[in-house]
Amino acid sequence: MGRKILFITTDQQRYDTLRCNGGELSRTPVVDSLAAQGVRYERAVPQSVVCMPSRCTMLTGQYPTTHGVWMNGVALPVDAPSVAAVLHQAGYRTALVGKPHFEPFLDPFNRFTENRVAATGLPTAQSLQADGGMGPHRGFDHLEFAGHSPVGSLHYGRWMVENHFDALGGFYAVLDKDLEVNADGGGDTGAPQVQVNPVAREWYHTDWVADRTIAWLNGLDADDDWFCWMSFPDPHHPWDPPASELGRVDWRDVPLPAGYVEDPAERERILDDKPRHWRLWYDGKLVSNYEAPTRWVPATMTADQVREVNAVNAVEVELIDEAIGRVLAAAAAKGWADDLDVVFTTDHGELQGDFGLLFKGPYHVDGLMRLPLIWRPAPGAGIEAATVTAPVGLVDLAPTFCAIAGVDAQPWMEGHALPHHDADASARGFERVLTEWESELFGVAVYLRTITRDGWVCTTYRPGTVHDGSEGELYDLSEDPLQQVNRWDDAAVRSIRDDLVADLVDHLPTPRVPRLPVDAPV
Amino acid sequence: MRASQRRQRVIEVSAERAWEVVGQAALLHLWFPGITSCVVEGDTRTIVLGSGVSLSETILTNDPLQRRFQYRISGGLFAEHLGTIDVIALEEHRCLAVYSSDADPGVMAIVLGGATGGALEELARQLETGVGPAIDALTTTET
Repeated sequence: MGRKILFITTDQQRYDTLRCNGGELSRTPVVDSLAAQGVRYERAVPQSVVCMPSRCTMLTGQYPTTHGVWMNGVALPVDAPSVAAVLHQAGYRTALVGKPHFEPFLDPFNRFTENRVAATGLPTAQSLQADGGMGPHRGFDHLEFAGHSPVGSLHYGRWMVENHFDALGGFYAVLDKDLEVNADGGGDTGAPQVQVNPVAREWYHTDWVADRTIAWLNGLDADDDWFCWMSFPDPHHPWDPPASELGRVDWRDVPLPAGYVEDPAERERILDDKPRHWRLWYDGKLVSNYEAPTRWVPATMTADQVREVNAVNAVEVELIDEAIGRVLAAAAAKGWADDLDVVFTTDHGELQGDFGLLFKGPYHVDGLMRLPLIWRPAPGAGIEAATVTAPVGLVDLAPTFCAIAGVDAQPWMEGHALPHHDADASARGFERVLTEWESELFGVAVYLRTITRDGWVCTTYRPGTVHDGSEGELYDLSEDPLQQVNRWDDAAVRSIRDDLVADLVDHLPTPRVPRLPVDAPV
Repeated sequence: MRASQRRQRVIEVSAERAWEVVGQAALLHLWFPGITSCVVEGDTRTIVLGSGVSLSETILTNDPLQRRFQYRISGGLFAEHLGTIDVIALEEHRCLAVYSSDADPGVMAIVLGGATGGALEELARQLETGVGPAIDALTTTET
């Protein structure tokens, strides 16, 4: 019998939403306990700050440039390499329960397996594998999917329609009548994408994901080895958790985030010090990410709206924490407590009021780039609790899962098994992490490449429709943890900038040719 | 908001051969992945998508001389739509198929653009290998 792996992801969750990372709003005792027993990473960085490219990185262990999903709406080829397939071939039972998003959601033609599999009633689909053979879709022999709402063809939506049809109307409508991402506000303050949802807690997708995970675990034999990716759609917007839970955090008591600059003039001065797409978005003149509502102008956001978004987000984080607790209890009841590795992370962060902005986009700052990442090794593995300050990436997860399972990391993986402590990180060269952004949407093209190293974050821009390629961002994380002072043009740190840019160029992966097409906006 | 998408594919057959498929409006579902059925009555074509959604299209242009096929999806999610397929001769046994989608809301242009890209790939596969349901349907028609 080998070690079991519970891989928990949330969607769009900030580093500082966990108590163990210094957060003060949400109570997260379950994840905090995992952190206390395991390895807590203080500088975990995604390779993309949007869902599809980032999730594909977790699955493949490759940078977006390599796996080819360069923006949301680009489908990962069915025969792309997958760590789940590696584990499946090694004898592991494999499941993905919750949000997948390796393929576009918006798919009226039903071209993509994720959107088709729920209709079949089968546990998985047979797909072409990276080795040329056939096997379970992306290596998972059990698939049960959920999205951010019950609308659509995924398993959760079908379950809601079949069992709780009357509750569907309580959820926020993600798209408006023009199929634009909805800008409507709600709650007490009119904050965008906030809605009071009367749905019963046990019908909400967070508990559904935990319930379905427990059901799958209960169907396994006690001596099975297994890998389960439990993927919560929250706390990604829309922020519409069950109304019964809203009393956990009163938005009126929520302090404004440190990254929210209250004085509009100072806020705009900070934005103007960054490449121009920052201020253009703030003023409602440019949107370069489909998931940011085009009809919402960030400059109109009030301080109370920031408070309410943070409060409702915190409620969703608490519900996830409690759901994880139920799953861990179920695993323990099966006798797996000593053999179970738990990895908790998210695909990217959320601006959540920083710089007067919400949601995400081509903005490589901590709100989106600093992720919660906790690895609680199996107690029987003999790995001591630690805090790792060295930079690591989501690209390192796939080889970590291989290491846990006792399987060789695959040659196509571009990361390395996560370090156990800082000395391990130093010995194994965990020095830098790269992050990529590419988007081409409605005539707007933006391209960023970022390196995180030595306490600096350095972003270069390629020519697009907004930038001429000369722009950049350079932040000193120790002196300027909120990234409010762009030192790209500061002569005093020119040598640091030049060194980081050269290092970035040296380590960029070779682009996949030909580039994969965009099949949908998301 | 309106948007426009264009996909193209070089196909290693003559433009005349490619047009034999493209110009037959009722064959669309045989080379367009994600369309499960297609019925033509007069200048109205009704298609059913893989999700079960049914769309009514008006055929606007079916010009064998220009090798241009145009149609408009009416109603449903669309405030406006125009689909255009052009088959352009490059060499004696080589042509370029261009599939354009203009739509309001613009999101649908992107979704259609992705699907039409898949359709051109399937069209090319069937034409270049001589194997596939659209080719079979042509053969039946020819005999």
